[in-house]
Amino acid sequence: MLEVKNLNVSVAGRKILNDFCLTVKDGEVAAIMGPNGTGKSTLSYVIAGKKDYEVHSGEVLLNGFNLLEVEPDVRASKGLFLAFQYPLEIPGVATMTFLKAAVNAQRKHRGEAELSTPDFMKKVKVASDKLGIKSDMMKRALNVGFSGGEKKRMDILQMALLEPAFGILDETDSGLDIDALRIVSEGVNSLRTEKRGFLVITHYQRLLDYIVPDTVHVMSGGKIVRTGGKELALELEKSGYAEYATAESAAA
Amino acid sequence: MSAQIIPSKTQAETGLADAYGAAKAKLPGNAEIVKLREDAFSAFTESGLPHRRIESWHYTDLRTIMREALPVAPAPSASAIEALRKEIGTGLTQKLVLVDGVFVPELSDTLPAGVTVRSLASVLAEGKADFIPLISGMGLGSADPIVALNAAMMQDGVVIEVAPGAAIADPINLLYATGTATPTACFSRSLVVVGQGASVTVCESSIGEGSRTGQTFGALIFSVGDEANVGHTLSLTKTAVGSVRLETFIVELGTKAKFDSFALIAGSGLVRRQIFMRFAGDESEGAVRGVSLLRGKEHADTTLFAEHVGKSCIGRETFRYILDDEATGIFQGKIRVAPGAQQTDGKMLSRALLLTDMVAMNNKPELEIFADDVACGHGATCGGLSEDQIFYMQARGIPYADAESLLLEAFAAELADDIPHESLVEVFRAEIAAWLALRVKA
Repeated sequence: MLEVKNLNVSVAGRKILNDFCLTVKDGEVAAIMGPNGTGKSTLSYVIAGKKDYEVHSGEVLLNGFNLLEVEPDVRASKGLFLAFQYPLEIPGVATMTFLKAAVNAQRKHRGEAELSTPDFMKKVKVASDKLGIKSDMMKRALNVGFSGGEKKRMDILQMALLEPAFGILDETDSGLDIDALRIVSEGVNSLRTEKRGFLVITHYQRLLDYIVPDTVHVMSGGKIVRTGGKELALELEKSGYAEYATAESAAA
Repeated sequence: MSAQIIPSKTQAETGLADAYGAAKAKLPGNAEIVKLREDAFSAFTESGLPHRRIESWHYTDLRTIMREALPVAPAPSASAIEALRKEIGTGLTQKLVLVDGVFVPELSDTLPAGVTVRSLASVLAEGKADFIPLISGMGLGSADPIVALNAAMMQDGVVIEVAPGAAIADPINLLYATGTATPTACFSRSLVVVGQGASVTVCESSIGEGSRTGQTFGALIFSVGDEANVGHTLSLTKTAVGSVRLETFIVELGTKAKFDSFALIAGSGLVRRQIFMRFAGDESEGAVRGVSLLRGKEHADTTLFAEHVGKSCIGRETFRYILDDEATGIFQGKIRVAPGAQQTDGKMLSRALLLTDMVAMNNKPELEIFADDVACGHGATCGGLSEDQIFYMQARGIPYADAESLLLEAFAAELADDIPHESLVEVFRAEIAAWLALRVKA
């Protein structure tokens, strides 16, 4: 379970998250939608632990553990996974080397033995076949020269290997064509379990046709302003965010 | 009226003059070599030890750094050779061992057919007219005072000739060792002559904890014949505190030749590596790469001059530096394209990662182009590691220090990965990883 409690965050003196509260239960897929500049990406970065954000107050509890008190790598080892809007290119680091370093770092943190190379290779093979990732991509430097779709698939592959307790997808649909969107969504859907929750951040309803959420939240002005079921996404697709932008200016 | 400046000799310069005076009667060579030495030493005397007002030595002021001239190393003793025999062991094959600049056949291996090995001393004693231009480095670097000093003082070295058409699959290892307990100076010059269509790889490395202490004035000259394919690596990684290593590397390429060189510099001594390269024939390809890993107050200078004379040659000069603590890195590179060298494709790039605010990196890339149909470029960058990349790796569970190491290793090892010998890639990757492991521990 992920609980965000009264989170107040600013960047360079500008308040972005405003007493933000959100709970995502075990196995729940929650979507956050909202117009540009309402703090959706900030929320995902703050939870994952990126620097440059000033957290004034609040808590982010993952199964009761306050993530804000530890470094980003520890948050990952505690079971948090952030799929990036724009996964980074890491020149010179082979994809396989990176994956192995990540899996074993998390195992080490949890006091588990490192995976042997054959075991690891087997695991990667199964997961990458599912996502249609070719084996030659695994030998190349991580994300270097990959298309937008390949990068997103690589992120989902990482999630499959790391088996997190909770996944945040930050505008995973951006830069994806329809086929890639389908493959990535199927990858995510296959990782849905009774325990594992997801937070799906998106501008568009389209992604939610593929990854069907249990709840939809509308975010504006750094907080959740409306919550509903999956039908809320369809409503937003028709009416747009104008109503919420007005609400924000009225509140201000 | 003009003021006359009479430079006074430093203690080190006086010491070097005394050393030359004492040694010259015993140094190998016939009358022509004696003349070559005399001319070289007077050229050195005229300029003295290079200092910051000599442009190509601006960042490595040897006159200030080298306070004294150390005594010239004696020929290795029998007991020193026996001790080294144990230390060298049997790990390396096809090795040629130089102890304090002197070729020691007893410690060296027999090389396969197609390769002839002689000591420089014996070649100098013969002083054959056709060898003199080769030993003189085909005129490359002759204006440099340290190249001149090396020419005057060259005690010994090894002369390797690879017969035309010979294909030597395994690397030939030039192994440098020391047989003296106290710091000394040594002056060696080696020559590799590769015949037409031959292929060979030559690897330079040192043995021993701390390698050579003292002052090393080394030179390695490659004459690469037409259509030959030559590889070279240099591991300059075990220099000791207080040591000075001045290594000159001279290469001349014939027509349609291929040359690939990789060097790793990491150690506590002062290093100045100067590379003089000439694309003499047409349609040759030459790649020179170097990685310097520096920490503490280490200082490493790579100064390169690549001259394109032949047409349609491809030159790639690529250098990377990782600078930690208070280290100083220097890269000076000049590509010169002669009037007739049309269709030259020359690219030079120096990149430095600066890990603290206390490090210094001096980059000076230059192009001098006298032909009108060429594609030449150079670039130099200095920067830190990308925090975004580190965060991405942390977000996957990799701790900050490990993420940093992975990125540093990738940055340095990328240039080693291009070595055409898989086993050598492994050797250098391991050396880079060992350097990084020490960094993490510290």
